[in-house]
Amino acid sequence: MNRSDLLVEVSDLDYAVDGRSIFQGLNLQAERGRITAIMGPSGTGKTTLLRLLMGAIHPQRGSIRFFGQDVVHLARGPLYALRRRVGMLFQNGALLTDLSVFENVAFPLREHLRLPEPLLRRLVLMKLQAVGLRGAAEMMPFSLSGGMARRVALARAIVMDPEVIIYDEPFVGLDPISMGVIVRLIQSLNQTLGITTLVVSHDVQEINAIAHQTYLLSEGAVVAAGTPDALRTAAAPVVNQFMNGLPDGPVPFHYPAPDYHRQLLQEGW
Amino acid sequence: MLSRWPAGALLKLGAVTLFLLRIFAQCLPALRYRREVVQQIYNAGARSLIIVMLCGLFIGMVLGLQGYDLLQRFGSESSLGVVAALGLIKELGPVVTALLFAGRAGTSLTSEIGLMRATDQLTAMEMMAVDPVRRVVAPRFIGGIIAVPLLTAIFSCIGIFGAQLVGVGLMGVESGSFWSQMQGSVQLSDVNEGLIKSICFGVACSLMAVYEGFHAEPTAAGVGLATTRTVVSSAVLTLVIDYMLTAAFL
Ligand SMILES: Nc1ncnc2c1ncn2[C@@H]1O[C@H](COP(=O)(O)OP(=O)(O)OP(=O)(O)O)[C@@H](O)[C@H]1O
Ligand SMILES: [Mg+2]
Repeated sequence: MNRSDLLVEVSDLDYAVDGRSIFQGLNLQAERGRITAIMGPSGTGKTTLLRLLMGAIHPQRGSIRFFGQDVVHLARGPLYALRRRVGMLFQNGALLTDLSVFENVAFPLREHLRLPEPLLRRLVLMKLQAVGLRGAAEMMPFSLSGGMARRVALARAIVMDPEVIIYDEPFVGLDPISMGVIVRLIQSLNQTLGITTLVVSHDVQEINAIAHQTYLLSEGAVVAAGTPDALRTAAAPVVNQFMNGLPDGPVPFHYPAPDYHRQLLQEGW
Repeated sequence: MLSRWPAGALLKLGAVTLFLLRIFAQCLPALRYRREVVQQIYNAGARSLIIVMLCGLFIGMVLGLQGYDLLQRFGSESSLGVVAALGLIKELGPVVTALLFAGRAGTSLTSEIGLMRATDQLTAMEMMAVDPVRRVVAPRFIGGIIAVPLLTAIFSCIGIFGAQLVGVGLMGVESGSFWSQMQGSVQLSDVNEGLIKSICFGVACSLMAVYEGFHAEPTAAGVGLATTRTVVSSAVLTLVIDYMLTAAFL
């Protein structure tokens, strides 16, 4: 693998917030033109990792290279230039509540390009059609269902035809039909346009179907990495537990807490 | 809270000043959003119009009563027009309008921006390489500083009308001397003083409103607190600046 093929290169990353360590010595790479999946139990810091990658927060130690640039020490100007090349789907959608669905999707276009109105309209309607919501163009975000809002956010993430798309949990709240459509959309954007894709998700099957490379995060570091096939057959108990959804294993289901029985008894009446 | 008062206040003053510089840097680029700026002038100005007019009328009427009562003791009730006009143009107009603006428009600016903060909309813009200070904050700031001087002018005019209503209509001051003394005594420099004050108050109140909203804690209670802080700090700042400007003009 050539170094210039690496679009994202995270090395030796330490990050702590409020004195609680989220990452210790994280290493991760994403190759140009491929789909890289990031999986891991809830609360391991997948969203935090994406925020680090976009330069929204800074790590205590380690380096993050994105497009070959050192994100951690980038000034606002170059950082914004970098972000323009990236489309991002937020975990909560984060639609602009004062703008209609159409204007939400048109937002990045209006901000960054000066397109004639008919062309802009056509571009936006094409993206809305791709997520099946062309008919909802004039609706306001508060009147959308959760799944619809996420599909609008998806249309907005891809509207600039970015070189890289980052999806934070794209399948949450989708019915099986939309799920199938969105999975195929992510895959075809990658295959036909060669868009480098980073996808955070818990949906093992969907990810296995499309990812070229998967990272499994747990407790602040990568515990397993490889192709979906390699991970499926991996013997490590962490991997086995996560891929098969078992409650018992090395990954705790509970957020760190004092002993259950003792806490209940102490707080008694 | 009180123990760390001086340090905390200084820190906040610094933070607000830095934010002001950041807004200034984005004001020119923000003029690109012409519709947005016009919309914000409407939001800040037109929606405060009724309350500003109502308060202006009643303050003018009170001024007419009190002024008449005071002046007739010296037998100079014909100067009522001068007293009312100078009081309104130089002092009451700019100050009361700024306080009303902070309560009516400033609070809604803060809660609007604070809610955008709490729902990650500002972060989303940053991730789309759109500076929220340019897209959201600057147009609202510009709208505020355009609206406040206009509102102040309306307030003062209606106030003078109210003073005339009571003084001439009710108390029987002679209409001719009311207006002619006013015309003779009120100088352009008095009007300028009021204008400069109202511009400064507009900057201060709009700045506090957008600052508190932008830095609100991203929770329901946080946005509520920020709204309260907007009113308090706008009022304090307005009165402090008022004293300093008045001292400077004398
Ligand atoms: N602003 C913050 N202050 C304090 N702790 C935070 C903050 N943001 C995130 N965390 C903590 O960081 C950890 C990782 O959060 P993150 O949102 O990245 O998890 P995640 O892997 O995306 O989880 P999920 O799959 O549920 O979305 C969590 O334990 C959370 O409590
Ligand atoms: Mg997350």
